Amino acid sequence: MSAHGRGLIRSTLGWLEERAGLGGAIAPVMEHPVPRSTASWWYVFGSATLALFVLQIATGICLALVYVPSADGAYQSLLYLNFQAPFGWFLRAVHFWGSNAMVAIMTLHMIQVFLFGAHKYPRELTWIVGVFLFLCTLGMAFTGQILRWDQDAYWGLGIGASIASRAPGVGDTLVQVLLGGPIIAGRTLSRFFAVHVFLVPGILIGMIGLHLWLVLRIGINEWPVPGRVVNRETYRRRYEDEVHRDGVSFFPHAVRKDMVACGVVVLAVVLCALLFGPFGPHGVPDPTLIDTAPKPDFYFLALYALFALLPPWTETVVILVGPVIAIAVLFLVPFLAGTGEKSWKRRPVAVLSVLVIVLAVATLAALGVVVPWSPRMEAWTAAPTPVRYVHGRTPLELQGALVLQNKQCRTCHSLGGEGGQRGPALDGIATRQTRDQLIRQVLQGGGNMPAYGKNLSPAEVNALVAFMETLRP
Amino acid sequence: MTPTSQSRRGFLFRLGIYLNVLGAALVGIPVVGYVFGAARRRTDGQSWIELGAVGRFPAGETRLATYENPARVAWDGATAKVACWVRHIEGDRFQVFAVNCAHLGCPVRWFAQSRLFMCPCHGGAYYEDGSRASGPPPRGLFEYEYQVRDGVLWVRGGQLPTLSRPV
Repeated sequence: MSAHGRGLIRSTLGWLEERAGLGGAIAPVMEHPVPRSTASWWYVFGSATLALFVLQIATGICLALVYVPSADGAYQSLLYLNFQAPFGWFLRAVHFWGSNAMVAIMTLHMIQVFLFGAHKYPRELTWIVGVFLFLCTLGMAFTGQILRWDQDAYWGLGIGASIASRAPGVGDTLVQVLLGGPIIAGRTLSRFFAVHVFLVPGILIGMIGLHLWLVLRIGINEWPVPGRVVNRETYRRRYEDEVHRDGVSFFPHAVRKDMVACGVVVLAVVLCALLFGPFGPHGVPDPTLIDTAPKPDFYFLALYALFALLPPWTETVVILVGPVIAIAVLFLVPFLAGTGEKSWKRRPVAVLSVLVIVLAVATLAALGVVVPWSPRMEAWTAAPTPVRYVHGRTPLELQGALVLQNKQCRTCHSLGGEGGQRGPALDGIATRQTRDQLIRQVLQGGGNMPAYGKNLSPAEVNALVAFMETLRP
Repeated sequence: MTPTSQSRRGFLFRLGIYLNVLGAALVGIPVVGYVFGAARRRTDGQSWIELGAVGRFPAGETRLATYENPARVAWDGATAKVACWVRHIEGDRFQVFAVNCAHLGCPVRWFAQSRLFMCPCHGGAYYEDGSRASGPPPRGLFEYEYQVRDGVLWVRGGQLPTLSRPV
């Protein structure tokens, strides 16, 4: 560029700066000193989450240019986005994978700041605002799933309404407010659209501003050193000392790794979008098409599994009180342990809590993928009877094998590894139960099995039990 | 100098506050009514709905029937439709069940061979009379009130059945 060109740019920038003063306002923010120890790869998750949020806003606005938030048009507009709108499929895919990544990276951020003791004095408020951000993001995930107006969305709302209805006294009112009417229909979708597109993003933007302001005002959490205990009297002076003695300016020394991380997560999302494409919509949201097995997106799979596995009598209490306690504990963390050791090396309870929660959620989510409690509706016609169980059997026993198949026992019981897992596998059942026990179990049910006394003739029971008595390893 | 509270400035300051509070209330109260009005109902939201001629439901069988929700709006599309299970016992004796599982509202399916309703979500099962057979549901299937008039089956519905408001 010629000297003249450079001079022109400089004078234009000078003109802008004289009037807007943005450079003067931003420079101290960008160049504020941070402890050298924080220019670390462990400190990039917050920025990466923010980058994903910006990506979600950009793609979300684009999708809203085409999406029709109306119960009779939403599904069609999603198909139009997938197959006709130029790059519509790509934007939907990026928005979907971006939302998954945002929940995942935000969770990593939360775990990292907790293990590094960043919730302790004087950053309690930063943590509390962060918990709000976490909840709002989960809210975005749920409402976004509803806007994908397919069968999963429809029945997901049914699950949401059923949970709300369990609230004592106000259940019915909650359901009506949630659905915007007496059933899941047009008014429900409009409501969730407004919440997903205006209300929660507005709150998120404000909260992110506050979160960043707090990080700037109090200073980013220094790398925790075992034995350096947080004390309300001395902490801030010691932090200032460290920043003065061994600080670097945020820009460009600390920001480099943040920039790389932001680029990596955005590229990873784009790669997923290109490889796997957009997610759904899965089935027309027609409530009369009931041959469907609704399932939530991955962030709610753990909850979905929990609902299946809780003993029924604990369910209402756990569903209603559990989340309140969990959220309250998250908010109270900085007050329960606001001072003391910061390093994870000296906080065994903190490390164990994280491990237990992560393992529990991951195990439940994995079960939510496999759904061992769900009946295999097609097994009675689709799953073959293993040859070794029919070979050399008497006509009566073979008749029993037919009863077992026709009465749909395999919806819940597997044979040779095929069939439902709700009840025990029937391979080897003869070694576990006597003839009388088998008859009693079939006729009276119990232990989570329906009673078949009214649906089976004595001859059918006789044949069925004769067959089961041959099932040994 | 008069005290601030009696000065024109003080008056304007207070007037400014009052006017804005008044404005906020005049807008805010209708907003609350608008957002939460869905929860207020003049009636119980239920009405009689025609399901079809009795002949469509053979005695001894359980069949899926569908109807349009009477409280629909023009842009509901397919979601205005509601499905229910009709069990014709004999003569004028029926049972009409909501498809929604009493556990968390997923659609239950009927299996004529084992005479059970089964839910795909969390494995709830019900007997043919709608009573709970096994799994997490805390009660039997939600059952509609019905009547047979001039050979036509009617049910009373119009509301998503939930534990706090069974149909």
